[in-house]
Amino acid sequence: MKYIDEFRKRSAADGLIAKIKKIASKKVSLMEVCGTHTMAIFKYGIKNMLPERVNLISGPGCPVCVTPQIDIVRAIAISKLPNVMLASFGDMMRVPGGNTSLENEKAKGRDIRIVYSPLDSLDIAKKNKDKRVVFLGVGFETTSPSIAATILKAYDENINNLFFLSCHKLIPPTMKALLSLGEVRVDGFICPGHVSTLIGTIPYEFIAKDYNIPCVIAGFEPLDILQSILMLLEQINEGKALVKNQYTRCVKPEGNIKAMEILREVFEVSDSSWRGIGVIPKSGLKIREKYKNFDASAFEIEVEDIKEEEKGCICGNILRGINKPYDCKLFGKECTPLYPVGPCMVSTEGTCAAYYKYERRR
Amino acid sequence: MCLGIPGKVIDIEGAMAKVEIGAAHREISLQLLPETKVGNYVIIHAGFAIQLINEEEAKKTLDLLDSISNQMNGGQDEVY
Repeated sequence: MKYIDEFRKRSAADGLIAKIKKIASKKVSLMEVCGTHTMAIFKYGIKNMLPERVNLISGPGCPVCVTPQIDIVRAIAISKLPNVMLASFGDMMRVPGGNTSLENEKAKGRDIRIVYSPLDSLDIAKKNKDKRVVFLGVGFETTSPSIAATILKAYDENINNLFFLSCHKLIPPTMKALLSLGEVRVDGFICPGHVSTLIGTIPYEFIAKDYNIPCVIAGFEPLDILQSILMLLEQINEGKALVKNQYTRCVKPEGNIKAMEILREVFEVSDSSWRGIGVIPKSGLKIREKYKNFDASAFEIEVEDIKEEEKGCICGNILRGINKPYDCKLFGKECTPLYPVGPCMVSTEGTCAAYYKYERRR
Repeated sequence: MCLGIPGKVIDIEGAMAKVEIGAAHREISLQLLPETKVGNYVIIHAGFAIQLINEEEAKKTLDLLDSISNQMNGGQDEVY
C-alpha cells in the first residue's frame, strides 16, 4: 500500500457521493478549516460532486493568508539589517507587506533564501558563521514542532548565529474565536488532518460540547474528504455533535506526544494577531526565555505603521467564512495570482487562488 | 502549507532517515518521531517525519469504503 491511489478509487467515490446525495436532507454549511483541504476540494472537483444543499465554506487555515502585514514588514526590516540572511518557506515570498514583498526585496539584492525545511536554515547558519541567519517561522501545529526541533538542535550544537521570527498560530483557539464572533453559520467542521497528527483529537472536544457542532478530522485524498462529509451529515441527521476521526491511519487520539513535548519545551502560548480577524487570545507561540538567544523578535528594527487591508480587499471576510471570492470586486480583475492584492490570492492554498485556478470559468 | 506526503523509510542513521517518496529519495529528520523503524511509512512535512501511517487502520477505512460502495453501486475500480 502506498497510501495515495488507494484513496482515489472511483468506485468508492461514486458510492460515497451516492450515499451523501441520499442522506443530505437539508441545507448545511460545512467549514474546511485547513487550506490544504481547500486546495484538495477544488483539485478533485469535490464541490461539484456534492448536492447543492451541502455548502462548503473555507476557513482561516492558510498560515500565509493569516500572517498580518506587520509581520511581513518586520521580516523585511530584519532582512535589511547588516550581515543578515533571511530564510523562509517559499509560500511567504510574494505576500505583500507595506508596499513590497520578500520577493521584491530579494530582487533588489537582499540575501533572502527559500528553504524547504527549517533544518536547511541550520545548515545555512553553519556554513555562514559570519552572518546572522533569520528564519521566518510561519505555520500551524503541523509545522511549529519542526521549528522547535530545529531550535533544540541549534541549542545542543551551540549555534549562535541562527534566529527565528515566530509568527506561528494555533488552530483550536482560532476555531473558538470564529465561533464566538458568530458571523458565520457552521453546521460541521472538517478538521485539519495533519495538524491533528500532532495535536490529536482531544483539542476539538470543546467545539462539540460547548457549541454543539460536529467535527470530523479528515485526510487529504478525495475519498478521505468525501467520507468526512458523509460522517458529518450522519451526525447532523442524528442530531449528534461529536469529534470523529476519519483519518485514523495517521491520527491517534493523543496525537504525537513526543513532538508536542518538543514544541512546549521551546515555545509558550501567546496572544497573536491574525490578518482579517485581529488579535486572538492564546492563539500564537513565542520562544521561551531559555531559548531567547534564538529569538529574532529582539532585533532592533524600525517599522512604520501600516494599514492592514488594501482598499477594496475583502480577504478578512473571506478568512472568516463570511464572503466568497466572487463577492470581491477586485477578484480576477485587479487581483490575480500574478498581481495579487490580498493574501488569499498570493498563497497557493488561499481561497481566492483556489477559486481563480479552478472555478473562474464556471 | 500543511501538506504532508507519505514516504517509506528505507534507511536510518542516527536521527536522520532516508525515505522513498514515489521514485524520489529524500533525507528527513526523525527528531519528532524517534520510534520510526526501517520499512515504516511516515507522513513527511517540512523535512520531518511527523507521524507513522498505520496500515491496519488504512485497511479498515478502505474496507468500510468498499462496503459503502457495494451498498450504493457496483462501479469499476478506476483511479481518479
